[in-house]
Amino acid sequence: MTKKLERPMIKVEGLTKRFTLHQHGGARIGVFGGLDLEVKKGECVVLAGASGMGKSTLIRCVYGNYLTSGGSVKILHDGAEVDLAGATPQTILDIRRRTMGYVSQFLRVIPRVSTLQLVMEPLLENGVSAEEAEARARAMLASLKLPEAHWSLPPATFSGGEQQRVNIARSFVREYPILLLDEPTASLDAANRGIVVDLIKAALAKGSAMIGIFHDESVREAAATRFFEIESYKTAA
Amino acid sequence: MTTQAPPLLRVNRVSKWFGEIVGCRNVSFDLHPGEILGVVGESGSGKTTLLRCLSGKLEPTSGGAEFLSKRHGPVDIFQLGEQDRRRLQREEWGFVHQNPRDGLRMRVSGGANVAEPLMSLGGRHYGQMRRATTDWLERVELDISRVDHKPRNFSGGMQQRIQIARNLIHQPRLVFMDEPTGGLDVSVQARLLDLLRELVRDLQLSAIIVTHDMGVARLMADRLLVMKNGDVVETGLTDQVLDDAQHPYTQLLVSSVLQL
Ligand SMILES: Nc1ncnc2c1ncn2[C@@H]1O[C@H](COP(=O)(O)OP(=O)(O)OP(=O)(O)O)[C@@H](O)[C@H]1O
Ligand SMILES: Nc1ncnc2c1ncn2[C@@H]1O[C@H](COP(=O)(O)OP(=O)(O)OP(=O)(O)O)[C@@H](O)[C@H]1O
Ligand SMILES: [Mg+2]
Ligand SMILES: [Mg+2]
Repeated sequence: MTKKLERPMIKVEGLTKRFTLHQHGGARIGVFGGLDLEVKKGECVVLAGASGMGKSTLIRCVYGNYLTSGGSVKILHDGAEVDLAGATPQTILDIRRRTMGYVSQFLRVIPRVSTLQLVMEPLLENGVSAEEAEARARAMLASLKLPEAHWSLPPATFSGGEQQRVNIARSFVREYPILLLDEPTASLDAANRGIVVDLIKAALAKGSAMIGIFHDESVREAAATRFFEIESYKTAA
Repeated sequence: MTTQAPPLLRVNRVSKWFGEIVGCRNVSFDLHPGEILGVVGESGSGKTTLLRCLSGKLEPTSGGAEFLSKRHGPVDIFQLGEQDRRRLQREEWGFVHQNPRDGLRMRVSGGANVAEPLMSLGGRHYGQMRRATTDWLERVELDISRVDHKPRNFSGGMQQRIQIARNLIHQPRLVFMDEPTGGLDVSVQARLLDLLRELVRDLQLSAIIVTHDMGVARLMADRLLVMKNGDVVETGLTDQVLDDAQHPYTQLLVSSVLQL
């Protein structure tokens, strides 16, 4: 078998991000400039850098949640590179539905939807049958040790760590080719952090490409295949 | 890149003036099948005016809007004759008003309000219509035993659910909503929004939803259009517009909301 040159799943080139705060006399905050980063299948690039350095901002730019001020963010979607800067909202939503998942620190609770349904949703959206979606959602919730009595309830009343685990289940159940993780273990205890590390490793073994931010030293060391220091791209406004 | 179905609605430079007063000015956008577009902006910014123009209730001063009709194929809404336009509104669209009184017939029962669109579309089979009606009353979580009560005997939230059933029963492809949860208290509002969200997803509807509530916009809309003084000042993916607003007015709008 001839091995083709593998294309990166995420290709960030010359990325610049600044904010203009019109409410504060048009003050400009430069976050980073000229940033290059490639992430291939099976890689988990962990972002390093002090608070306020722009780790979350970088992840949000890659997800299309923040606009870029310069440079490009290319995502390999359906075998083609799509530059988010020029993509239509429909394309970005399609990429999020099928290619790229995002786990933030907080779950955006949808008031009446049950936990099980929430975890099934990303599968149903992708045409998985209801039966298979339910089986996979149950297995995922069980592996995250969320008590079964909680599954039929909406997560609104859950503890911080329980909500976080629902959030993680929702994103990992889908087996996205790309996963962006912004402190997914922030409110978990050591045992649960260990479970999440196992999920990350299993997803990497299946070829997922990841960018992660982890406060916890042990998670960081266990999950990372490589570290990326943001500080060198720091810019003034 | 993925192939995409053609837009259901193409809006091209729609303007409406009331004499010297601007309603909306040069508004253009495409709406795709299954997409929910949120229109936000302060009071008087032209949201309702735009919605009324696009839904054929108000003649714009200039501009065009092409709708991909099941019956006619692509048609400019504003060029259609009165009769065809009314038929389009009945057959392929729904319109949910902020005030249920504007969208319901107050003299006939809740059940009749829901069944009426089917009858006006020529439904003749009484049993089938009755079944569709009870089915829809159930979907919007109304007590079937009260099917014969008049709308005024229902609470505001229940009236709104009757209005929603009335506007979805004929399976429209496009639904216009003007502050659909505006007059309701917060807990009723949350339930209604959940319900709408489920229905829209299950039925693969396209919708244009006007709201001044950023929380509603976040929950419901795929994409946002921000209006000010009749102009669209910013558009984009909902979470991008709310989390990384570019225009000074959008930043003001977003920052004046405590929790999103
Ligand atoms: N939506 C926004 N509007 C304005 N400024 C923002 C916005 N998001 C981030 N910033 C600014 O960008 C800079 C980087 O923030 P970011 O959240 O990316 O840091 P971080 O490295 O993730 O920090 P932490 O480790 O504390 O989470 C900060 O100065 C922050 O105030
Ligand atoms: N029939 C009319 N005749 C004259 N002026 C009108 C008419 N309808 C609307 N306007 C004016 O057009 C502008 C836009 O009004 P519109 O009702 O579209 O605002 P809106 O964004 O829906 O506001 P709200 O959030 O308060 O409902 C306002 O200045 C309004 O006074
Ligand atoms: Mg951060
Ligand atoms: Mg209005």
